[in-house]
Amino acid sequence: MAKVLVVTSGKGGVGKTTSTAALGAALAQMGEKVVVIDFDVGLRNLDLAMGAERRIVFDLINVVQGVAKLSQALIRDKRLENLWLLPASATRDKDALTDEGVGNIIAELRNSYDWILCDSPAGVERGALLAMRYADEAVIVTNPEVSSVRDSDRIIRMLDSKTVKAERGEQIEKHMLITRYDSARALRGEMLSIEDILEILATPLLGIIPESQDVLRASNVGSPVTLNNAASAPARAYSDAVRRLMGETVTMTVPVESKGLMNRFFGRRAA
Amino acid sequence: MMNLLRLIGGRTASAPVARERLQILLAHERGLRGRPDLLGVLRAEILAVVSRHIVLDPEKVIVRMDRNKHVSTLEVDIEVPTGVERSLAVAAS
Repeated sequence: MAKVLVVTSGKGGVGKTTSTAALGAALAQMGEKVVVIDFDVGLRNLDLAMGAERRIVFDLINVVQGVAKLSQALIRDKRLENLWLLPASATRDKDALTDEGVGNIIAELRNSYDWILCDSPAGVERGALLAMRYADEAVIVTNPEVSSVRDSDRIIRMLDSKTVKAERGEQIEKHMLITRYDSARALRGEMLSIEDILEILATPLLGIIPESQDVLRASNVGSPVTLNNAASAPARAYSDAVRRLMGETVTMTVPVESKGLMNRFFGRRAA
Repeated sequence: MMNLLRLIGGRTASAPVARERLQILLAHERGLRGRPDLLGVLRAEILAVVSRHIVLDPEKVIVRMDRNKHVSTLEVDIEVPTGVERSLAVAAS
């Protein structure tokens, strides 16, 4: 049965799009049929993270408005044949997205995909609401930083009240994904610890993604980090997270960079 | 261990401050946004019930909610005007 997963955060710039691409690719690498949907109408970015920015003909809004069929707007990944992208519109007004239109698209996608990942726009307004509206599960992306944790708290309450599942009286399954985590700084007491965040937000942990240059490197070349460098620390952390999403029990660790000698010397400047 | 690291670093750890600020802020926001008018509704209904029996100054009815890590408390503070004790005693007899 298809699962609809929203990747959301409230705050911008915490890593929603990076995480959607990485999780989507990791799921596809495990053999699942996956579609990632960009809900950030007007400020689309998931196409860039997936390296598909020059292949867009039709988008989400075209489908909602009946200009194109869903099959015409879906873009198949060039590296993984069971990974697809439904891009957002770069120019349209975000009001062009309707609750009913989104509902129809998700319902249609449920018939042919195992996972539907919805990349939410930042904020707590209509766009974020529509991205989470039909979700069965949610990944809440949080940085170990006060404003991000505060916004996550707000998003969690939206998930528990404004989703179709919540309105039916059911529980939407929520997972915390902590990104840009620096264990050395947390140890020195300069950064909120995992325990602090989990205690404050009282939501189960899906994974800890370490701060890493591999994330920017992957973004630069338009490849999800799990595809670009599967052995890198963030890629391993995303892969573990995906295995947990699929029901496996995986010990929670913070993967660390395995820096070679050359990297130690030149790593900083080379990135 | 933490103190030792702090000595080396020469600065105090700021994470505990972040944690405390968040806890206070979220306790407040959850109260407000969980159900925006919960306290208002409670206050109005309590006022209505008590007013059926005692004449009250609506401004002297205070409903407050506190949320902590372990317990949450709902505090209802109603100031009863003087002279009411007598009428209550009469009503009871």
